[in-house]
Amino acid sequence: MSRLGNLGARLYRGEVGYDFVAKRRIWYGVSILITITAIVGLAVRGLNMGIEFKGGAVFTTPKAEVTVSQAQEVAEEASGHVAIVQELGTGGMRIQVSELDTAQADKVQTRLAEEFGVDREKINAELVGPSWGEQIANKAWTGLGVFMFLVVIYLAIAFEWRMAIAALIALIHDITITVGVYALVGLEVTPGTVIGLLTILGYSLYDTVVVFDSLKESSKDITKQTRWTYSDVANRSINSTLVRSINTTVVALLPVAGLLFIGGGVLGAGMLNDISLSLFVGLAAGAYSSIFIATPLVADFKEREPQMKALKKRVLAKRAAAAAKGETEPGAESDTDFDGDGPADGEAAPATAGAVVGQRGRGRGRPSGKRR
Amino acid sequence: MAAPNRGRRPTGSQGKPGRALALILIAMVALTGGMFWAGQLTPRLGIDLAGGTTITLQAKNQPGAPNAINETNMNTAVGIIERRVNGLGVSEAEVQTQGNSNIIVNIPKGTNSQQAREQVGTTAQLYFRPVLTVAAGAPDQEQPAASPSPSASESGKPADGDKATDKPEAGSPSPSATTQGRAVTEGLKAPAASPSPSGSGEPKASESPAPSDTPAPDPSADPATAALQKKFTELNCADDKARGALGDNVKPSDTTVACGKNSADQWEKYILGPAEVDGKDVDDAKGELDQQRGLWKVTMEFTDKGAKKFSTITSRLSQQQPPMNQFAIVLDSEVVSAPQVNQTLSASAEITGDFTQESAQNLGNILSYGALPLTFEEQSVTTVTAALGGEQLEAGLIAGAIGLALVIVYLVVYYRGLSLIAILSLLVSAVLTYTLMALLGPAIGFALNLPAVCGAIVAIGITADSFIVYFERIRDEIREGRTLRPAVERAWPRARRTILVSDFVSFLSAVVLFVVTVGKVQGFAFTLGLTTLLDVVVVFFFTKPVMTILARRKFFADGHPWSGLDPKRLGAKPPLRRSRRTSVPTDPKEA
Repeated sequence: MSRLGNLGARLYRGEVGYDFVAKRRIWYGVSILITITAIVGLAVRGLNMGIEFKGGAVFTTPKAEVTVSQAQEVAEEASGHVAIVQELGTGGMRIQVSELDTAQADKVQTRLAEEFGVDREKINAELVGPSWGEQIANKAWTGLGVFMFLVVIYLAIAFEWRMAIAALIALIHDITITVGVYALVGLEVTPGTVIGLLTILGYSLYDTVVVFDSLKESSKDITKQTRWTYSDVANRSINSTLVRSINTTVVALLPVAGLLFIGGGVLGAGMLNDISLSLFVGLAAGAYSSIFIATPLVADFKEREPQMKALKKRVLAKRAAAAAKGETEPGAESDTDFDGDGPADGEAAPATAGAVVGQRGRGRGRPSGKRR
Repeated sequence: MAAPNRGRRPTGSQGKPGRALALILIAMVALTGGMFWAGQLTPRLGIDLAGGTTITLQAKNQPGAPNAINETNMNTAVGIIERRVNGLGVSEAEVQTQGNSNIIVNIPKGTNSQQAREQVGTTAQLYFRPVLTVAAGAPDQEQPAASPSPSASESGKPADGDKATDKPEAGSPSPSATTQGRAVTEGLKAPAASPSPSGSGEPKASESPAPSDTPAPDPSADPATAALQKKFTELNCADDKARGALGDNVKPSDTTVACGKNSADQWEKYILGPAEVDGKDVDDAKGELDQQRGLWKVTMEFTDKGAKKFSTITSRLSQQQPPMNQFAIVLDSEVVSAPQVNQTLSASAEITGDFTQESAQNLGNILSYGALPLTFEEQSVTTVTAALGGEQLEAGLIAGAIGLALVIVYLVVYYRGLSLIAILSLLVSAVLTYTLMALLGPAIGFALNLPAVCGAIVAIGITADSFIVYFERIRDEIREGRTLRPAVERAWPRARRTILVSDFVSFLSAVVLFVVTVGKVQGFAFTLGLTTLLDVVVVFFFTKPVMTILARRKFFADGHPWSGLDPKRLGAKPPLRRSRRTSVPTDPKEA
């Protein structure tokens, strides 16, 4: 822990840091590559839709002395369709037969009960019509649209529209990756998956919002100083919230992992597993995108603003001048105008941080003017 | 939610942490007390955990009635389905609408799910159709009392509802005991073999022609009619499956075959003409006791439109010979009753026969509530045995416990002393969630299902996230060189904003999820939303006040190595104000 704690401190002070923003093109490249892979995977392999989308039945049997192949044979014979049989952690089996109607499903259930030597009532049957999954999927799309719309509006109000757009792009990116993973690995898509995917919406934005919050705070009054460009500040924000992002992601992933590996392991496939699997993939993608994509994008957008361009020019000019003067340590020259609400206790980060990362405005501090 | 408002008051949580703590304590005690008072110590379990069957039905638009799927119709449908399901002797079956066009039927364990499905899946479509032919229910089974009628030439073109066809039918036309000046129909439940013991006293001779004798229809009849006749001949009403399949693809305008039970509880089969009046035309119907005659009857009121239609059909039918003077009340392609008509009826009518109180009231309900403008399609049926549900709940709880344990371990390792606050907060959150869930069972019908358990587990992460945001903020402040108490207070407004913004996003996604999803998945969204709200409450009213109080303790304030707030470990600068640090190495410029 201490190492991590120190790392946190050093990240906070900007002693160490990764220049996410400057290297953003690499990460954009990586993301575009992943996205293309996902799209190609989706186009070529398609999604392995569960029976909820094709119509069919899932039977869950209690433990019995029946082998998987026997069960499969019985199910296929009774239904006339291909059956997929999985053994569950409980010793029972999950038998999935697509394109069944009610009457056939009853028949299969009865035959299975005979084969397993149990009561008909002991066998669970889940029968879904082909339009069920479609309905869920349609609603999911609607939900996705509504959510994106609302969240963009909300973020545009809470932060600003550039951040909202960046968050939206990161969100689409996460969903693409998750769907791509499903296509490439060939995992079955069930309503549970769709739900997991929709839940990612909230989660994926969580980390992004934390970083944006910090960025918003530290970029306040940014135009009043000439030491840091917006990108510097953005990068500083990512680094200083890195520990927080990692912690929140880890903490969010732990229960989901428990659900996925333990719950799923005991139960075999099922809705728990489907939800947690897509959550797991989506959460990881969300953590990645909030750090590598969302914030650099905001920096990109912001740098296009005239005043940010002007600021960058001033900053670069000043640095060039400093370099010309032979002054190797720009940090030694404390900035004056930037933090109208700079650190209260002396110069925290900016004075010492070196040039790697930006100033972290720390709220109502001593007026910077005093510092000079 | 009061929490954010309270939090915004700058001094609120800072000065009086005890007050907030007292508040949340009272809330917890009240909720727990309420739980005991309501006698609801555990959350109600959903069908998938307790065992039972969940049926999801989707309303289908009827051609010609594009706007039929609306709230009123859906609610009426729910009422009817509820009546039917609970009519199975099922207690606590739940029927609710979900979204705009779905109805979810939850039938607890211990019921014959197949029977339930039959009852529910085919939902109340009520028609009045003229009877063209009646026969005993099974091809091989004569009704003992039935006098086989000699070859009565059946209506040759049933599809026309041809009233001109004469029917030399053996059954004696029952003179109906018309009373009250009201139109009376009788011969309930098809002309029955058993003489009616009812007060109407008409000799109810059997009019059922023996199936074998069923005359071939008009030879010139088109193939469809022949097919219908064949179907009729082969129909065995005693066979559940055959009966169940009858209603498939039958349009109201078709001539069709149907089954129904007579008053002797024996199956009879019918050929019925096109529907002439449908359930929508019935305004009201109820089973009531005829005081004068001391028998149960069913009275019906028609709407204006229905009255017109009904008077047309009855005036025509009343001139027919039996059995063609009957009209069949067909509910979901089963003949509920086939009374004879003796005179033209209009706005109101009554049906008499051997009704018991129950059967009269049931028929009344069916008539008045069977007026459904909607048909439903089975979307999904899930049967879960209690045993498997228990296993799933157990696995879910184990997974949750392990997830929680992992989170706690992580928090302890990383935050040390601070984790105590986090764990306590998680505990408070758990108590609130549990008691609320238990209380929401009776209050709004919340039932804990598997996805909801899943949502609760996932929510552990959300709740812990808020503490992390706050703790990291405090640590940042300490790194700035502050001592703990100011750090706690200064970190709060910023952490608060972050927590509110991100919780709002989480909440928004939960709400959207709740609104767009159907069925048990809503449980997941609901739990997510609930825990997100509770997270805000807990952070504002518990975590922050406790943090304030603990910040006064030496252990934390002095930054004990195990407190998780050790300034040295956190890499805080010495708290020297205004001194410029020069010791920190600087990295080469990269930006």
